[in-house]
Amino acid sequence: MLLETRGLTANYGQFRALFGVDIAIAPGECVAIIGANGAGKSTLMRSITGILRNDAQMVLHRGESIGALSSAEIMQRGIAMVPEGRRLFPSLTVEENLLIGGQVRRAPGPWNLDAIYDLFPILRERRRNPGTALSGGQQQMVAIGRALMSNPELLLCDEISLGLAPVVIRDIYAALPRIRAGGAAIVVVEQDIGKALAVADRVYCMMEGRVTLVANAGDVTRQQIHAAYFGEAA
Amino acid sequence: MIWLDTLVQGILLGGLYALFAAGLSLVFGIMRLVNLAHGDLIVFAAYLVLLGVTLLGLSPWIAALVAMPLMFGLGWLLQTVVLNRVLGKDILPPLLVTFGLSVALQNGLLEAFSADSRRIPAGALEGASLDLGLVTVGVMPLLTFASAIVVIVALNGLFYHTALGRAFRATSDDAVTAGLMGIEPKRIFAIATGLAMVVVTIAALYLGMRSNFDPAIGPARLIYAFEAVIIGGLGSLWGTLAGGVIIGVAQTFGAAVNPEWQILAGHVAFLIVMLLKPRGLFPRAVD
Repeated sequence: MLLETRGLTANYGQFRALFGVDIAIAPGECVAIIGANGAGKSTLMRSITGILRNDAQMVLHRGESIGALSSAEIMQRGIAMVPEGRRLFPSLTVEENLLIGGQVRRAPGPWNLDAIYDLFPILRERRRNPGTALSGGQQQMVAIGRALMSNPELLLCDEISLGLAPVVIRDIYAALPRIRAGGAAIVVVEQDIGKALAVADRVYCMMEGRVTLVANAGDVTRQQIHAAYFGEAA
Repeated sequence: MIWLDTLVQGILLGGLYALFAAGLSLVFGIMRLVNLAHGDLIVFAAYLVLLGVTLLGLSPWIAALVAMPLMFGLGWLLQTVVLNRVLGKDILPPLLVTFGLSVALQNGLLEAFSADSRRIPAGALEGASLDLGLVTVGVMPLLTFASAIVVIVALNGLFYHTALGRAFRATSDDAVTAGLMGIEPKRIFAIATGLAMVVVTIAALYLGMRSNFDPAIGPARLIYAFEAVIIGGLGSLWGTLAGGVIIGVAQTFGAAVNPEWQILAGHVAFLIVMLLKPRGLFPRAVD
């Protein structure tokens, strides 16, 4: 497995946000993690990327324990994240935001400035603008490009459609198959179930800090998702 | 012509204050840390340069070059071992720690070098002057000011045209997201403080060659530096130079009116700027 969590727990002070989450992602796979607000999806992403520290053996990368590593160390292993809310660096231009994504780790692979400008041509025109002067959709493109610049093995996308217009979401999701073709495994964390199922091979549904459903995206029924998402019989 | 002369002297004095302040500005800009021991670190570096001159027989310039990597290492260690542990949401712990460091440094220097005032011998440069027609300026103040410009140009070049500078700015914006880029914020902070100590060494060289110093003068240098940084707008290096010049000019004009007013006039200028522009002359947009 490329990445696994085993009995992953996470706490915010006294409040427990994850109760023993097990997920597994194979190389090159696209996995969707869906669930309502507060289900623990973003906490799961924050735990995997080391923003929240865990017990070492709760997160495994290619069989090695990485749960206690820092964000920077985890990123250097090839796990890049597009964070919720995009989090561009306001002091950096669009191009600098992209460059910094590949500054510390640059594995061989298809992604570089030109490839990202081909994926999102509007960014080439805006490359000298401050990152935060862009529209929400364009900022999301920068955030995705920034994560790709290191040529990661695994790209974690946390709520990439949140707060964007449908036409913009369509453009961003249209880029995901091209990113997969480049070889990276992708985790898409979404509240929009339809969007997530359309691109994913497998889907995990979370509720109240637990995984309530694991299924192949092609086989899963509306009733199953309804039950796992809302915790009630359909 | 006396006023023009006073103005030029004040501007050149501002270069020294800008050198005092540049390291403070650098560290504040990157990690929002106010280092209350900054002035004492300048004095410490001045003694280090003095040791190079007196013990090793080096020229002050070479002694400063030797002191720079030592001071970088000291800054790196200070940040890694002490300051990184206290940086956080609460601004009080770093203030207390650096205040304690200030007291410890002053007393350590007093123990090692006594309270006698010392000076870094600069030879013929000490009294050399340049006749520019309308005004005559000292070579040493001119060199100080030129060094301040070089330091600020170099730091700006580093900030805006190198990968390290990009990492500095990104970490300053958002340390958590910088971590997601593979950047260790604590390592960036250690490099920044090391760099600030290199600038401190340059400031110390001129402080020590231009006037006498003793272990107790650090806090006053900190105040000049702090005022220059605040006048300039926190985190802007050219603003810091402007701030230094404003204080320098106010001090020389104050002294021209009445020598007792020199220090007071600098502080009054600071207060006036704060009244008119509470965020400084060139504030950063994101603060």
